[in-house]
Amino acid sequence: MYFKSAYDIREKYLRKEMLPTIFCPGCGIGSALQYTLRAIDDLGMNPDEIVWVSGIGCSSRVPGYVNFDGLHTTHGRALAFATGIKLANPDLKIIAFMGDGDTSAIGGNHFIHAIRRNLDVTVILINNFTYGMTGGQVAPTTLRGLKGTTAPYGQFENPFDIAGLAVAAGANYVARWSVFNYIQGINSIKKALQKEGFTLVEFLSPCPVSFGRRNRMKTAPELLRWYQRITVPLNKAKKMPPEELEGKVVIGEFVDRDRPGLIKAYREYIKRAKKAMGWEE
Amino acid sequence: MIIRGDEPEQLRLLRRLYKPGNYFMQGNEALSYGALFAGCRFYAGYPITPSSEIAETMARELPKLGGYYLQMEDEIGSIAAMVGASWTGFKVMTATAGPGFSLMQENLGYAVMTETPLVLVDVQRSGPSTGQATKGAQGDFFQARWGTHGDHPIVAVSPTSGQDAFWEVIRAFNIAERLRTPVVFLFDGVLAHTRERVIIPPVEDVEIAYRRLPANEEEAKLPFGDPHGDGVPPMPLFGHGYFTHVTGSTHKETGLRDVYTPEVHDRLVRRIHRKIEKNREVYEKYEEHFTDDAEILIVSWGVTARPALGAVLRAREEGINVGLFVPKTVHPFPAERMRELAKKARAVLVAEMNLGQMIIEVERYVNDDVLLKGVNKIGGVPLTVEEILREIRGVA
Repeated sequence: MYFKSAYDIREKYLRKEMLPTIFCPGCGIGSALQYTLRAIDDLGMNPDEIVWVSGIGCSSRVPGYVNFDGLHTTHGRALAFATGIKLANPDLKIIAFMGDGDTSAIGGNHFIHAIRRNLDVTVILINNFTYGMTGGQVAPTTLRGLKGTTAPYGQFENPFDIAGLAVAAGANYVARWSVFNYIQGINSIKKALQKEGFTLVEFLSPCPVSFGRRNRMKTAPELLRWYQRITVPLNKAKKMPPEELEGKVVIGEFVDRDRPGLIKAYREYIKRAKKAMGWEE
Repeated sequence: MIIRGDEPEQLRLLRRLYKPGNYFMQGNEALSYGALFAGCRFYAGYPITPSSEIAETMARELPKLGGYYLQMEDEIGSIAAMVGASWTGFKVMTATAGPGFSLMQENLGYAVMTETPLVLVDVQRSGPSTGQATKGAQGDFFQARWGTHGDHPIVAVSPTSGQDAFWEVIRAFNIAERLRTPVVFLFDGVLAHTRERVIIPPVEDVEIAYRRLPANEEEAKLPFGDPHGDGVPPMPLFGHGYFTHVTGSTHKETGLRDVYTPEVHDRLVRRIHRKIEKNREVYEKYEEHFTDDAEILIVSWGVTARPALGAVLRAREEGINVGLFVPKTVHPFPAERMRELAKKARAVLVAEMNLGQMIIEVERYVNDDVLLKGVNKIGGVPLTVEEILREIRGVA
């Protein structure tokens, strides 16, 4: 099923003139990008009908590297731009490639409202617990006690559970993995891409340079081992008391449901308008 | 499917829904119908006084035309959604007022940088901050010009009545489409809520423009180039198989990001400026009354142009040689005509509902030996004929 080499994927989908990427050694964004491209490839999706949307941040550079229609927008606003594209041309499939700060801090409002509307979009969320591009400041996802340049003595605020937020706001499909869980990751993206409504696949993604370095994990393998320690599969987490889950990150498929998406709802709405005018039964 | 607004089915619907004739309606409603006639079929907005009737009219009418109305979570999201929809080929609009206009500045800059056609209606209200939320003002003259950061050109249009708003918003859409640029529409709370006679014309009387699309693959590959030499690149739309990359970062003619080469930034930003500067005939518009022999010139815009005309008529009856100059496109300012008129005048009065904004622009074109004076009023109540007349008499 995953026989294609990374080289073939690169040849087929990346803009060669934009390489090399800005990603640091050990960065996980390239992995998540590869999983997404493999999912598109496996599903045989038509690149003409896909638009990549992003905000600002390391992960938001992705639409510039892939050879698709792409909109690289302002910080946090990717999903608001995506709403316009999708509604105006429902034939297009929208992939939003976003970071954790982009999604849950400056873009938090757009995020929860896109989910509330059940906007037909697939979000690939890179969660590296930090603002990597600006040099490692703490983010709304930074776990308590972890260090960043703007919390040199350890984060004192509570972190957002972005996947949990998405479930509560009403997303159709939500999964979280670390980039280490590549099979689950690719399968989740494939599932997400085929569903209507809002779908989210979150990846815990190493940022050794801006984040790991300040938290005694200077390399990607150290960060991956840390993920192994702090992540708890959903099934196991369900049986654990809350105090044991303190400081842990639950991974797995959190929700998979089929509520009508925004496009379907708007089509119904147009019908209601025409009926009110007496133009349609 | 994209709706441009000029398809036979759309024209049939417009004819059926909006019969030509006399109507008694608010400025906000007249503006909305103008937008529908111009081909706007996508609206994303956030309610704010005194602009909300525009959202309400669009929400009621757009679904009938198969168009889209979307109420976003805030003004930032509203203009973002418009930009997204514009790149699929829709003509798009939003309406807001001061506080919302402030929030939209971020992505107004994005629209300038990515050369995205859209119409942003700012129903000016009394500020700063929340100010007098329900009252009109003309305090956003320079916010429209310089509200977003960085070197950028802007086109801003300002009407003087409800009827004028109907026609001027159509013109705003045509400018946006022809020059592939955002256009700010400076309306105000007074005209927005004034009910007066508005004549809805037959659909055939309305001329509308649509953006230039790539003629071939080669043009499509240069979405930020200048193949026609007028600075306006054809716009490849999303979903047409061109793999267009659009970014607010500095980009090459191909659309791909390059923030490291000084020449790339210089070339891009200078072309975006040149596009506006060199195509003056597309947007320049002003009105003149009794300017032939005017020794005293009133310059006014928007709602204040109305009492200004009343004052000029009264002063003429008194034998004062006074004229009126009303820029309808306020940015870029009609500099050349302003300079000509100011040469003939011995006094120039600038009447506006603020503490002196357009006067700063006027000052650039008036010689030192001419008396230049502002006629200003704030507080949410428009200037009256008598107030302006008193100032005219004062310099006569």
